[in-house]
Amino acid sequence: MNRAHFILREREYGAFLSVLRKLRTDAFAKVVFLVDKNGTLVASTGEASGFDTTALASLAAGNIAATGGLANLIGEKEFSILFHEGERDHMHISLVAERLILVVIFDRRSSVGLVRLRVRRVSEELAKILAAAQEDAGGEGGVIEELTEEDIESLFK
Amino acid sequence: MSFINYSSREINCKIVYYGPGLCGKTTNLQYIYKRMNPDARGKMISLATETERTLFFDFLPLTLGEVRGFKTRFHLYTVPGQVFYDASRRLILRGVDGVVFCADSQLTRTDANLESMENLRVNLEEQGYNPDKVPLVIQYNKRDLPNVASVSELHALLNQRNVPEFEAAASTGIGVFETLKSAIKLILNDLKRGAR
Ligand SMILES: Nc1nc2c(ncn2[C@@H]2O[C@H](COP(=O)(O)OP(=O)(O)O)[C@@H](O)[C@H]2O)c(=O)[nH]1
Ligand SMILES: [Mg+2]
Repeated sequence: MNRAHFILREREYGAFLSVLRKLRTDAFAKVVFLVDKNGTLVASTGEASGFDTTALASLAAGNIAATGGLANLIGEKEFSILFHEGERDHMHISLVAERLILVVIFDRRSSVGLVRLRVRRVSEELAKILAAAQEDAGGEGGVIEELTEEDIESLFK
Repeated sequence: MSFINYSSREINCKIVYYGPGLCGKTTNLQYIYKRMNPDARGKMISLATETERTLFFDFLPLTLGEVRGFKTRFHLYTVPGQVFYDASRRLILRGVDGVVFCADSQLTRTDANLESMENLRVNLEEQGYNPDKVPLVIQYNKRDLPNVASVSELHALLNQRNVPEFEAAASTGIGVFETLKSAIKLILNDLKRGAR
């Protein structure tokens, strides 16, 4: 499993994005992010421009990884939902299909109960898109196969 | 595990700097941060103790040029080196595409280097990798100090796989980019082979 790479095509990206948009509206959230478990941003919607999305993705993944480690210590497989409460903004982090991390940032226009409810509802949809993405990935030839020694060398010019 | 995004046209890879405590992993990232064009790097994040020892990880995202219309992005992580942080090290290795092993050349750190290399192999295996196949580069750091082991001694001790190795003095930047560049090349070539 570790040797394969995660490939995201336009179609699934669009599908992820429309689910995120719907979630943001329905949960009255400020921003919604979808992050790969290894810490890379997959898609985001909302007032994301104010955030360092790269750093946020990496730390959310670190957060899930660390609490997952804690879970193992007490005999749990994983903590699938994390909630961080701030003074103004709050963060709801959840694991989707053991592979993606869904991050919802919201303020007092919403509530943790509502966010949790809406997240639960879309998680299955996201899991389906992920499964389709993984099936799709095997298909047509990709950019990686075509890389040449010169391409790689050109990065350092 | 690399992440190829056809929508944003990006290839994302994860590089982990591994090695014993105080060998200079964080210093490597700090130097890279300092020297990269600000357009090409994001914010460096260090989850450290009050005494600046790495607690969980350092993180530095880099964006290099394009290949075949795809932006190449590399996420650099360091692990905490002290023996008792092993659980954290294992988490950070998850999904890694390539490792830079940073050794401390000082003679007094011989055992620590060896122990850390063995720990790396155990932890890679635990994450489902073949420790003989993962793209790996070794850096012999702190060459500027007196009382260092010779490169051939360090090679015999740590480089059984005969992977690319570099002498460095990370605090002044010597060897830092050579090491990184070599790791990136190995990773992209490995990806290419794996894709076949
Ligand atoms: N003399 C010398 N000191 C170094 C070198 N690289 C790192 N250091 C110092 O070694 C100490 C530990 O470095 P750090 O990067 O925090 O180690 P880490 O635990 O591997 O992250 C710091 O005081 C650095 O300034 C080097 O090449 N030469
Ligand atoms: Mg450190």
